Amino acid sequence: LSSNRRYDLSASTFSPDGRVFQVEYAMKAVENSSTAIAVRCKDGVVFGVEKLVLSKLYEEGSNKRIFNVDKHVGMAVAGLLADARSLSEVAREEASNFRSNYGYQVPLKHLADRVAMYVHAYTLYSAVRPFGCSFILGSYDLDDGPQLYMVDPSGIAYGYWGCAIGKAKQAAKTEIEKLSMKDMTCREVVKEVAKIIYIVHDEVKDKAFELDLSWVGEVTNGRHELVPKDVREEAEKYAKVKICCGTFWCVRQFCGV
Amino acid sequence: MLEEQGPEWMSEEVKTGTTIIAVEFDGGVVLGSDSRVSAGASVVNRVMNKLSPLHDRIYCALSGSAADAQTIAETVNYQLDVHSMELGEDPLVCSAATLVKNISYQYKEELSAHLIVGGWDRRGGGQVYATLSGLLTRQPFALGGSGSSYVYGYLDAEYRAGAGRTDTQRLVVDTLSLAMSRDGSSGGVAYLVTIDGDGVEEKVFLGNELPTFYDQ
Repeated sequence: LSSNRRYDLSASTFSPDGRVFQVEYAMKAVENSSTAIAVRCKDGVVFGVEKLVLSKLYEEGSNKRIFNVDKHVGMAVAGLLADARSLSEVAREEASNFRSNYGYQVPLKHLADRVAMYVHAYTLYSAVRPFGCSFILGSYDLDDGPQLYMVDPSGIAYGYWGCAIGKAKQAAKTEIEKLSMKDMTCREVVKEVAKIIYIVHDEVKDKAFELDLSWVGEVTNGRHELVPKDVREEAEKYAKVKICCGTFWCVRQFCGV
Repeated sequence: MLEEQGPEWMSEEVKTGTTIIAVEFDGGVVLGSDSRVSAGASVVNRVMNKLSPLHDRIYCALSGSAADAQTIAETVNYQLDVHSMELGEDPLVCSAATLVKNISYQYKEELSAHLIVGGWDRRGGGQVYATLSGLLTRQPFALGGSGSSYVYGYLDAEYRAGAGRTDTQRLVVDTLSLAMSRDGSSGGVAYLVTIDGDGVEEKVFLGNELPTFYDQ
């Protein structure tokens, strides 16, 4: 819009209708990225990321978009990957300092608030640009149970039962809302998460993709880890069957039928 | 320790000679201390309360240099205030103990104080932590101060795991009384603080209210 031109050059400028365009543009950067979702269930949190493979020459498993922040905290990102990586370092330092100062693992709400405050700081000055990424933090411990928070480029952190970020976030949110996650276990949810990523993946626009799955919960004794190979394979098989059969077009390569 | 001109007690460091003790029981902790503050042979304060609050349900017991111990306690009190406001809930006892330990360890060459931290939180119930010389360890009970040497044996023998509130209070008062009667740097009255999920109870046992033992 040409009306933005005068107010969108720096994050230190409001528009007449009260918007900060630089922050909104940063959110657009997230919307261009491929989807990441997370679901909080009865006994843990499951992350799923649709990792688009832009080149056949990439080593499998490189450019991970799920990070470990502390033993008990996982972080899935969408948007500018370099920005996300530097924020994961910030989150790690916050968690590590908390542990060092207070003698126990940082509660997720506090960590989310601290990192969100850091992200927010970059929306205040014209000398820097806002972070072009959103990220989802999840953890599990015996006292607070499973926790899930999402932080966006404006620097707010909300708690969720399920959330999605990236290009297909609307479609993913619709699918997540169909789940009754409060009654499901991690093992059940990991299959649903895989299915949702396969559903929202756009076969036409984006070709190859890798599915990254990770979880933290009672099933992992409170450690955040990538889902083990056998669980992954089972989840992907479930996902492929579910999206293939029952839709009016059936892509043979999935079903093998 | 520092020899200068003038009467010795003018240059002696003011120490809380002290006996301090903290014991866990089922559902809370009891902290106890004597009340004597000495500068060499002079008793500077005979009614000092060495049990200092760090937060609503976390207290610490002070020993060693009075100034050092009080400063540590005040600093940690402030840090816990900020911390609990940021978290939006009461801090854990292990947090308080870690904060005390961090100061005690970082400045261990400059300070000479030992704080015992005891309190209740909803995660771990009643807990006692010793932070001597900058270590941090959780124990069912902890002793400190010059008077503690005289009563290790008594407490080792009499402590029972899973004891109730009143039994533990009696144990603490008995131990304090024994230490105060044998240690020249401990004496005065006995202060008791009992902390559990419902709150904090502070009690004072004056000289004539203390239990008496052999030859008293």
